[in-house]
Amino acid sequence: MTWIAKPRLHHPSLSRNAVGYTRRDYEGKVSTLCAGCGHDSISAAIIQACWELDIEPHRVAKLSGIGCSSKTPDYFLGNSHGFNTVHGRMPSVLTGANLANRGLTYLGVSGDGDSASIGMGQFVHAIRRGVDMAYIVENNGVYGLTKGQFSATADQGSVSKRGVANSDAPIDLVGLALQLGATYVARGFSGDKAQLVPLIKGALGHRGVAILDVISPCVAFNNHAGSTKSYDYVREHNDAVNRLDVIEGRAAIAVDYDPGEAIDVVQHDGSVLRLRKLDPDYDPTDRLAAMAYVNLHQARGEVVTGLLHVDPAATDLHGHLGTVATPLNQLGAAELCPGAAALAKINAALR
Amino acid sequence: MTPIAAVNDFVVKFANVNGSGSASANELFARAILRMGVPVSPRNIFPSNIQGLPTWYEVRVSEAGWLGRRGGVDLLVQMNPQTWDADVAELPAGGYLLYDSSRPLPPGRLRDDIVVLGVPLTRICAEHYQDPRQRQLFKNIMYLGVLSVLLGIDREAIVRLVGEQYRGKEKLLEANLGALDLGRAHALAHFPDGIGLQVRAADAVGERIFMEGNAAVALGMVYGGATVCAWYPITPSSSVAEAFQKYCQKFRAGEDGNRHAIIQAEDEIASIGMVVGAGWNGARAFTATSGPGVSLMTEFIGLAYMAEIPATIVNVQRGGPSTGMPTRTQQADLLSCAYASHGDTRHVMLFPEDPTECFAFAADALDLADRLQTPVFLMTDLDIGMNQRLCAPLAWDDARRYDRGKVLSAEQLEDGREFGRYLDADGDGIPWRTWPGTHPTRGAFFTRGTTKDPWARYSERGPDYVYNIERLRRKWRTAAGLVPAPVPAAAAQGARAGVIHYGSTSPAMAEALAALAAAGLHLDALRLRAFPFPQSVLEFIEGHERVFVVEQNADGQMRMLLVNEFGVDPARLVPVLHYDGTPITARFIVDAITAVLGASPVRPQPERVT
Ligand SMILES: Cc1ncc(C[n+]2csc(CCOP(=O)(O)OP(=O)(O)O)c2C)c(N)n1
Ligand code: SF4
Ligand SMILES: [Mg+2]
Repeated sequence: MTWIAKPRLHHPSLSRNAVGYTRRDYEGKVSTLCAGCGHDSISAAIIQACWELDIEPHRVAKLSGIGCSSKTPDYFLGNSHGFNTVHGRMPSVLTGANLANRGLTYLGVSGDGDSASIGMGQFVHAIRRGVDMAYIVENNGVYGLTKGQFSATADQGSVSKRGVANSDAPIDLVGLALQLGATYVARGFSGDKAQLVPLIKGALGHRGVAILDVISPCVAFNNHAGSTKSYDYVREHNDAVNRLDVIEGRAAIAVDYDPGEAIDVVQHDGSVLRLRKLDPDYDPTDRLAAMAYVNLHQARGEVVTGLLHVDPAATDLHGHLGTVATPLNQLGAAELCPGAAALAKINAALR
Repeated sequence: MTPIAAVNDFVVKFANVNGSGSASANELFARAILRMGVPVSPRNIFPSNIQGLPTWYEVRVSEAGWLGRRGGVDLLVQMNPQTWDADVAELPAGGYLLYDSSRPLPPGRLRDDIVVLGVPLTRICAEHYQDPRQRQLFKNIMYLGVLSVLLGIDREAIVRLVGEQYRGKEKLLEANLGALDLGRAHALAHFPDGIGLQVRAADAVGERIFMEGNAAVALGMVYGGATVCAWYPITPSSSVAEAFQKYCQKFRAGEDGNRHAIIQAEDEIASIGMVVGAGWNGARAFTATSGPGVSLMTEFIGLAYMAEIPATIVNVQRGGPSTGMPTRTQQADLLSCAYASHGDTRHVMLFPEDPTECFAFAADALDLADRLQTPVFLMTDLDIGMNQRLCAPLAWDDARRYDRGKVLSAEQLEDGREFGRYLDADGDGIPWRTWPGTHPTRGAFFTRGTTKDPWARYSERGPDYVYNIERLRRKWRTAAGLVPAPVPAAAAQGARAGVIHYGSTSPAMAEALAALAAAGLHLDALRLRAFPFPQSVLEFIEGHERVFVVEQNADGQMRMLLVNEFGVDPARLVPVLHYDGTPITARFIVDAITAVLGASPVRPQPERVT
């Protein structure tokens, strides 16, 4: 077990954010995952991102499927409602929750088994619908919780701990998300918190569906030589296309880079995604170019990371459905029930 | 051969080709008779097909008000050569056949013990219309004109109905009335005296309305405050969601946006997932499906039961298993819904008898789901769902408030109310809950299907599991007192036998009871309207030597539930099972009961079936 939560004594050095919370206020229960599991690093990055974004913890709804990864929402944001749903079906539950109350921030946590195998259909359809959510797949190439079977994202030829090679072709969630029109697509690595925290912040601030594939090594079953999801392998093959800074709307936006060195993308909430280019040719607002780049570099065996695509004009499911601004769960009989007089008219028309 | 003679008491069957536009003329026929104050009950008999295959529309005319299927045909309107032989063979001696005589029939195809009425519909249409679509469509309204003369149906009643249908579309209105009168003129010239079956104006309809159950369910969901609907198309339930969409466009669309969200999901698993997510987050949500859909939903139904999340599921039952008889009716999903999912689960089910109760129970189901924090099934079937039924007007009390159940507000949390999500705080088995986002520091909890302690903390301790399951059992007993109560109908004289029935069996049962009583066989009846059963159901069983359980499935599923829930001796419960996919008839019930009670058979209707 690794402990994210420390003793609940507030250390004086823990500073408060703009809504008056310390980082501790974004923590959850003690993690029960294996020491060194990539998923715990992602939980820590979520805590950091929410604190930096000044989100009130209780205004986040965190939902997950089933798996080690899907257990993690219990280990962060202890003052948020959480829902550990069923295997592979987090997207539908989150969609329903989102329809009920558009006023909350929705964070979906899933695993590669959860999303790329049993939940492939729901992953795909949530993207098609543009559900406003940050969808994090904690991708380790195996089913951790059921003890190390290959998942559908395991690379062909990658070798299991027991020495068996995977013969099936992998599903690339980033490639799929780009193809399906997700309006924010990123890949991170649980071993690179500096890169990951801004990617999560950008995803949480994005209106529309934000897909974040995070390579998150499973130290128990998939961190050996021959695995393509191990810490060593990802470090060696990481091709980061950019560095992201999320600049909140109220902060003065100072330009501190040379033209051509970075791109600013304004999100609907006024925050600015500042992308410092590590690859000079990469433009994340061009979806087709992003698809080509990702395909090309992955074919060369690289793990492409960074904010791969963002659509500044993104829309979401509520926009498509034209729902009222008031959350549906706040509407009562006065707003919803046509009443007895209208019913009398309906009766009359049915005679 | 003596032609059948009957006033306001006969069955007309229309044999049509799917997709030929006959449905609207056939409905006009039924409604015109209603407008004359004579009750009718129509039934669509249709294949799983969009165009080309045979369909039938059967209208029972009954001034006495019997709305169950009678069985048999007195007048056949034969518009489909494909089914000619079988349809004509079904007519009893003395019955009537109306057919399109434009083309000569091969010799020897007509029976001589029936009254044959040929009208050259295709030829008349060809003479009057150029457009091929019109030639096809107007045949339908034209036979309606012929029928109005044959049966003595008021022309004015039809004219008014057509006028209502085409209000604002004068051209169409005139064209339709023209075709109607072409048919009438032909009939007046050739059959001026009509036939032995006659409709005579009466006053037996009253305030009742004529509506499909699926539309009534949808309207009940609108009135009951459902805001989220997620569904996946499946006959015979699809028109629930489609009608919900239609009513929402009318009543829920405002300048400021839509006060509803409807998602056609990728499958039934996603549909129920969305309903569960919305229910968890405080919106009233429902899905509509049929048997195969429920099968796919079962993992989620178990989660909603265990995590205690409101969800309303409409099951418009059809013949199963698998694709079974997708366009036929059955009550065969009771067990699969009552115990849907793995583990020890039990679910609330409501059984409406007609559209009136479909409307009322839809709204009730939303209240019950919130109050009990659990899945609630609204169990209808194809017979109620997809047929128009004469029923009491829909009623709504403007003073009614939605029962959102035990939900703690921010103020209650702020005041320091103790909150244990799975704690039996009130002794009724129903815990308090909170909606996400309510309070900054109080009331948050982690929802999961795994065992937890009363404070929603993960636990695999046996005692925590047992506490939870025992509380769920208490909640179940609470539910029995909240669901719609059974409706007793005592026999006129002391009865030693009883009969239990539910749902769409109701009209056939009423007719059967009257016929049995007329023959001296008196039975007390109890119509079940919900599962779990209150104690009064056991008292009813114990109060009779023998209780017939009448249902439309092959296994006696309600009987199994009764035996299972009450532990009664199965021998006391005599199954009466109808399961060929057609709606149950009074005749069937009467025959089955008289066979057991050993009396000579009695007939609810003059025997006219060949
Ligand atoms: C319907 C169903 N089938 C199978 C399982 C068993 N199961 C639990 S977790 C899991 C795989 C999880 O893999 P992944 O999503 O990659 O999560 P990880 O543990 O690797 O983080 C499986 C198959 C289940 N819970 N439900
Ligand atoms: S089994 Fe793997 S995925 Fe699960 S907690 Fe351990 S390291 Fe993490
Ligand atoms: Mg995994």
